[in-house]
Amino acid sequence: MRAEEISAWVEQAQAACASAKDLDGLKVVRTAHSGDKSPIALASRALGSMSAEEKVVFGKLIGDAKASVSQFLAAALLKLEAQRDQKILLEEVVDITLPVNRAHRGGLHPITIIKNEVSDFFIEQGFSVEEGPELESGWLNFDALNIPPDHPARTMQDTFFIEPIESGMVLRTHTSPVQVRTMLTQEPPIYVVCPGRTFRADELDATHSPVFHQVEGLVVDKGITMAHLKGTLDNFARHMFGPDVTTRLRPSFFPFTEPSAEVDIYFNNRWIEWGGCGMVNPKVLATCGIDTDVYSGFAFGMGLERTLMVRHGITDMHDIVEGDIRFTRQFGVGL
Amino acid sequence: MRAPLSWLKEFVDIPTNITAQEISDALVRVGFEVEEIITQGNDLTGPLKFAKVVSIEELSGHKKPIRYVGLDCGEGAERFVICGATNFVVGDIVVAALPGAVLPGGFAISARETYGKTSNGMICSGRELAISDDHAGILVFTQDQASVGSDAIEGLQINDVIFDIAVNPDRGYALSIRGIAREVAASLGLVFRDPIDSLRDLDFAETGNGLKAKIADKDTSSVFYLRTMSNFDPSAKTPMWMRRRIEKMGMRSISLVVDITNYVMLELGQPLHAFDKAKIKGGLTIKRSGKVQKFITLDGQERNLDPDDLMVWDDDQPLSLAGTMGGLYSEITDSTTEIALEAAVFNQLCVAKNSRRHKLSSEASRRLERGVDPFLPQFASARFVQLLTAHSSALHVSTNVDGKPQLSASIKMDPNYVSKVLGLDVSAETVAKHLRTVGCEVDEKNFSVQPPSWRLDLHTPADLSEEVARMIGYDKIPSVLPPRPLHATLSTSQKRRRSVSLMLANRGFAEVQSFPFTNQATIDAMGFVGERAATYKLANPMSEEFPLMRVHLVPGLIEIAARNISRGAKDFAIFEMGSIFRSSQRLEPALSPKLDKRPNQDEITKIFSSVPSQGYHVAGLLVGKIESENWQGKARSYNWQDAIACAQDVLNLCNLEWTISRSDFAPWHPGRCAELIVDGKAVAHAGELHPRIVSAYGLPERSVAFAVALSALPDSELVRPKRVGTMPAAVQDVALIVDEAVTALQVEDALRQGAGPLLESVTLFDRYDKIGDGKISLAFTLVFRDATRTLTGEEVAVLRENATLMASKTCGAVLRTA
Repeated sequence: MRAEEISAWVEQAQAACASAKDLDGLKVVRTAHSGDKSPIALASRALGSMSAEEKVVFGKLIGDAKASVSQFLAAALLKLEAQRDQKILLEEVVDITLPVNRAHRGGLHPITIIKNEVSDFFIEQGFSVEEGPELESGWLNFDALNIPPDHPARTMQDTFFIEPIESGMVLRTHTSPVQVRTMLTQEPPIYVVCPGRTFRADELDATHSPVFHQVEGLVVDKGITMAHLKGTLDNFARHMFGPDVTTRLRPSFFPFTEPSAEVDIYFNNRWIEWGGCGMVNPKVLATCGIDTDVYSGFAFGMGLERTLMVRHGITDMHDIVEGDIRFTRQFGVGL
Repeated sequence: MRAPLSWLKEFVDIPTNITAQEISDALVRVGFEVEEIITQGNDLTGPLKFAKVVSIEELSGHKKPIRYVGLDCGEGAERFVICGATNFVVGDIVVAALPGAVLPGGFAISARETYGKTSNGMICSGRELAISDDHAGILVFTQDQASVGSDAIEGLQINDVIFDIAVNPDRGYALSIRGIAREVAASLGLVFRDPIDSLRDLDFAETGNGLKAKIADKDTSSVFYLRTMSNFDPSAKTPMWMRRRIEKMGMRSISLVVDITNYVMLELGQPLHAFDKAKIKGGLTIKRSGKVQKFITLDGQERNLDPDDLMVWDDDQPLSLAGTMGGLYSEITDSTTEIALEAAVFNQLCVAKNSRRHKLSSEASRRLERGVDPFLPQFASARFVQLLTAHSSALHVSTNVDGKPQLSASIKMDPNYVSKVLGLDVSAETVAKHLRTVGCEVDEKNFSVQPPSWRLDLHTPADLSEEVARMIGYDKIPSVLPPRPLHATLSTSQKRRRSVSLMLANRGFAEVQSFPFTNQATIDAMGFVGERAATYKLANPMSEEFPLMRVHLVPGLIEIAARNISRGAKDFAIFEMGSIFRSSQRLEPALSPKLDKRPNQDEITKIFSSVPSQGYHVAGLLVGKIESENWQGKARSYNWQDAIACAQDVLNLCNLEWTISRSDFAPWHPGRCAELIVDGKAVAHAGELHPRIVSAYGLPERSVAFAVALSALPDSELVRPKRVGTMPAAVQDVALIVDEAVTALQVEDALRQGAGPLLESVTLFDRYDKIGDGKISLAFTLVFRDATRTLTGEEVAVLRENATLMASKTCGAVLRTA
């Protein structure tokens, strides 16, 4: 037995480990180079017949050789196992672009979305959201709002009446009766918005619908001025149309406000009529039992369909009212 | 209301450096929306001449009549042009565009060969000059209207700017050039010259006995001026300037007398009506039609009169529908020589009713409905006499008057009120100044304000504050956020609606909104009966097809589903939230408390309770497959279980306890409809739609639906949770055989009752109905748990035994052995 032989065995084992192609190959290598019949094992057994000096020298050489071979085998095992895993993962690759979602896509109607958006904005401003019935008393819808019985708005051409006519019941033509209900049942300070469905006897066309939605705001408090109305509308307009939007108030006429104004927005490079507003007519406050020496108020109202159409560039009202699921689905839940 | 700049300039000196856009902006600032600025003549260049027709040669052999016309254009030599119109004769004055002229639209005129002749220009129609829409013939005038060879651009006053203005209903005075001019002057800070000033002292000599004017009922009219004129030569022509102004206002020139009535109305705002005096018997009286039933208006229509219609009568019969339209019988004709001119302020409501009843909205009724200055009849009728005598041989005979104009009450105001309304400091002097600008008289000592006679809309300090604000400019008002409450939140029901809609949207439902109208056929087809079928009827529905208010949401969903299917959709789920309108109560005659103060509590309660309650529901309709079919595989169809699960989920989301039972309830399948009950009240129904309805509406077979009465749901209780047990659970399965008539819920309830409080949950994990003999097998997993210790095997066996014993006792259940 020679030292050169032992180191040759180690080199052979190292080479064999390096050339093993896979884990099965490595098993063969392991048997050949560290198994019972491997040269190193045979040499180890032969130590018994050696002299004490030889035992010391070759015992150490053989022990070192065994350790080295184990290391080579362990390293090779690690490498080949990693190789095997890598191969399996590669084989398991899938096409993750396959269509996987079979569930129907749902969505909220954009009017619901915009109604929620407006309500949330005003709730953050400290306003409550009030609602009222759609089939409404004519006194609350008209008289209490300083719209006299002979007013053109109260004709069959404009308002849906319920039989019998003497009942005075109508489909509310605006959400303003909710304001009246609020003033009749709550003490100032009043800060409310009233979103809801409203009705006018207009034919359905690209820009009109006999059934539509409004949101109105009402504030009654001490010292409320038209400047507060303007501030509120500016804030609201920026929320709905973005920070760059400009508003403009224009003198106008509504029986329930005095002074009255139209509010226009400058959006997409043009002035667009957005809604009506004004200081609550003291006559209306008086009808609701609010002391006009102490309190004043403002009110505003705009169409939700109009707001939606302007903001989203919707050109035909039919899309909003027909209930085509392809229209609703585009809006998701408005997030 | 239109307003030509040239006419406005008569009453306001508008500097030439102020553009049309600036004038328009000025009008918008004070509350007059300018819908259009019409510029006339800026794309027209001459030469454009008035020419006399000297000769006409008819050219034959063409598809349409063609004339070769000789014109005297004041050039000495006759000029010949080809013309396709035939509405003129030799001697008429026409408008000729000579070679070199360019007409609107870039149409260049040159001498050209056509129809075998040389045409040296063109005779123009109103439309070709872009001054009217008239293209029926060419413009034709008489020799006393225009002089031969003169410039027609100047003569026709073509170069002008016309503002088309939307006038709010409270501002009747602005339906006149006088009113608009006042606003332009005020907005631009210019001086306004009131045309009334020169009419104030006009006095006409009485030359005979005129007609008597009478207002029978003082409530119907305040003032009635009646001017009688004679010696009128009906061949008198309207002067060119007047005709052109009338045309620029969008009206037509008719005859001198009618044109002057219109002109004065446009100028001052007072509608006038001229009668042929020869047709009048006795005097004129304003009174209601009473028993007279038929009346022919001057448009030739026979109208059925209402006894309440306000008319102008002579001694025998009504001659005019007051303030709305004259009668055919007494209208001015081309043989009229004596004229009776009516200038009256009728009651606004009377005119509005006349106009509405007969669907006649005339220039006169529009103004009188909105209110006319009661001092105007005097001045406007004087203006008529002035113009008619200036442009014809007519003579004033006499003027008779009934009624007397009254100023409205003066208004006491605190000048500080304006600052309080606007949120902008406005001094008392400024308030007074602006109020004077709009025509008020202001006594600054005690701040008493007398509104001008034409401002019928000014009654309160609030009205005056708007006037001051307009004059200051709304843009001067600052933008300030109001003091606001620190906190607000949605109500429970509002939050629930949001959560329910979000849940459904996230489960693949698309929200839709339908019109809440229906009809009896739909109600019957759905099988609604009794109080579920009773609803309110619209007196004036959009269409006779849908005259009723809806009683349920599902019919609307069915209609929308059918629409989606017709557009190619197959598998989908939709939902709607909204009110339904079952007629839960009889509608009583309306209560109309006075408006000057708060109604008493009893009246308020009555008004509120007069409005029927309107339930707020959510409903969903599920058709076709539950998911889309694709490479992953087939999909099952929606079934009754899906609909019931949706309804249950709505209640679960609201944290409500419910019980369930089967229900025969329209529009569902009588054997496949679940009723969910909360606090003893049925609040939801779900399941398969009735097969008859499914087929009638062409829905996919076995379409399913649910509906939940959200407004009927009680508030949920504050949650007081049980401690969560951490000891191990003991799980036991039990399979029971029962009659098929026994419901799963009955067995489950029995198991719960028998097992006692240590039972944590029961789950039905198998249902087998192929046993035969009218029996089914129901297999449950029972989970037991004690909060403090591990249950022993013996204890659990006893609990399981107790549970099955109860099931056998109450449901006849038999333990199923392998």
